[in-house]
Amino acid sequence: MLTAQVLYGLTACVIVALGLRGALLHASLLQRVVAINVMGAGVFMLLIAVAYRGPGLPPDPLPHALVLTGIVVAVSATALALALARRLHAEQDND
Amino acid sequence: MTDAMIGLVALPLSGAVATLLMPRSATVVTIGTGLATTVAAALLLFGVANQGALHYEVGGWSTGLGITLRADGLSALLLMMTSLVVLAASVYASAYFSAASERARFWPLWLLLWTSLNALFLSGDLFNLYVTLELLGLSAVALASLGGKRAAVAAALRYLLVGLLGSMLFLAGVSLIYAGYGTLDLATLPRVVEPGPIAWTALAMMTTGLLLKTALFPLHFWLPPAHASAPAPVSAVLSALVVKAAFYLVLRLWLDVFANVVTPAAANLLGVLGACAVLWGSWRALQAERLKLLAAWSTVAQLGYLFLFFPLLLVLPPGPSRDLAVGGLVMLALTHGFAKAGLFLAIGIIQQRCGHDTIRDLDGTAQHLPATTFAIAMAGVALIGLPPSGAFLGKWQLLAGAVETGQWLWLLVTATGSLLAAAYIFRVLGHAFGHRPYPNQPVTVAREEWPALLLAAMAALVLGLAGAPVWKLLEIGI
Repeated sequence: MLTAQVLYGLTACVIVALGLRGALLHASLLQRVVAINVMGAGVFMLLIAVAYRGPGLPPDPLPHALVLTGIVVAVSATALALALARRLHAEQDND
Repeated sequence: MTDAMIGLVALPLSGAVATLLMPRSATVVTIGTGLATTVAAALLLFGVANQGALHYEVGGWSTGLGITLRADGLSALLLMMTSLVVLAASVYASAYFSAASERARFWPLWLLLWTSLNALFLSGDLFNLYVTLELLGLSAVALASLGGKRAAVAAALRYLLVGLLGSMLFLAGVSLIYAGYGTLDLATLPRVVEPGPIAWTALAMMTTGLLLKTALFPLHFWLPPAHASAPAPVSAVLSALVVKAAFYLVLRLWLDVFANVVTPAAANLLGVLGACAVLWGSWRALQAERLKLLAAWSTVAQLGYLFLFFPLLLVLPPGPSRDLAVGGLVMLALTHGFAKAGLFLAIGIIQQRCGHDTIRDLDGTAQHLPATTFAIAMAGVALIGLPPSGAFLGKWQLLAGAVETGQWLWLLVTATGSLLAAAYIFRVLGHAFGHRPYPNQPVTVAREEWPALLLAAMAALVLGLAGAPVWKLLEIGI
């Protein structure tokens, strides 16, 4: 039976696979950074789906805390990647 | 003893903030923090040896809700190695960077890297391990990009993307574990994890992510450019410690968390990849034109040896011969850490004093920089695995295990790899002792050369001659 939780979980797996495919196959730097972020979104969605404990019950708070931490880490990593990409472009313009 | 665990994370972290706020006295702050952190690591090592495995719940939050720090024999040993290597490299770095602006950017990142290494080795749950893995990756990338040139930035960017992909795969595995077993605690998981689709998928995803980060063949492509274009002290720490952190996680997963799940066939796959890494890495090191590339390719090869142990450990029944093999594995990892850090520091001295690191043009280096050349030779002894280095003891256990389990292939790989290592080390020494008369006077520069010498001596002499406690400590598990 396809419950909402399973639907969310399967969608999350598809998103992870799409992100992974993009990160491995795209040549452009920006596309790869975005693809890794898409993959991250899939993993976070999986964690949120895991938190569901049944109708009327409060969700498991621990995966939510993990997702929040994960988002902070992903944002910082993306910022560093973009900063390095800008440095690289600036250096290329100088040459 | 739990104070030592807190100190190992809190000291370098507050040092990082202090160096950011007071860039003028950053060198003094770093060395002071480094000494204090090393004392904490030594206290922890003695604490674990005397009292057994330690754990501490940060802020009083119970395991599962809060962060639990754990230390056993393996993590205490790796923490001790980390402290000694980073401390020595810090002393060297204080002489390496000449411009004040370079130093101001370097020290905070350096101490953050140290913080994340210590936090990773102390983490007691899988999610905290993911966070420390990311922190480690981010600070390592920022440090690797300090080389300034375009090649360094390009290599750092590739390093970052590979690292992010690796940690995302790791995190996906962590989510599956939580979905399947409802806990992420390293001490609880080995009891509840059982073979099945969830465990297999999680193990495959986490292992792939970590192999990417520890640069096992064929996922090593990013390592040589990143390690060869970083500043010398950074290369030393990247090659000696940062790849070992990911390897430590592979070890924890395969020997503790997923001990019920892993199969000899999967371990054989790791062994074959390790064998390819040994042969291909050593071959490329032999072909390298620059010293730094040689050292980086040698790291690819030396990491390969560590994976040769997995097929043995999976077949050996629990007992004395398996314990000996585990000890040999850790001994090899420790020796490589000290030897490679010493080698990279020595190469940095040559690069700065001679203005290049081209192997063909090294003639006369032995006359010009005798102490540095000696450090390279000692590190070389450990990389080849000659007695009395710690690597000799490690490789001996590898060979003994291969004979005992009848896996002769690994014997052949180890012998070929060691011969290739001898060839690439003697190629460097052959040039360094070349006949061309060198016009300059011999130079010795204490602050730059002592760290390299001490690290190389640690690998080539101390670990080999006084390494027995390593096996004793490894009996203490989480």
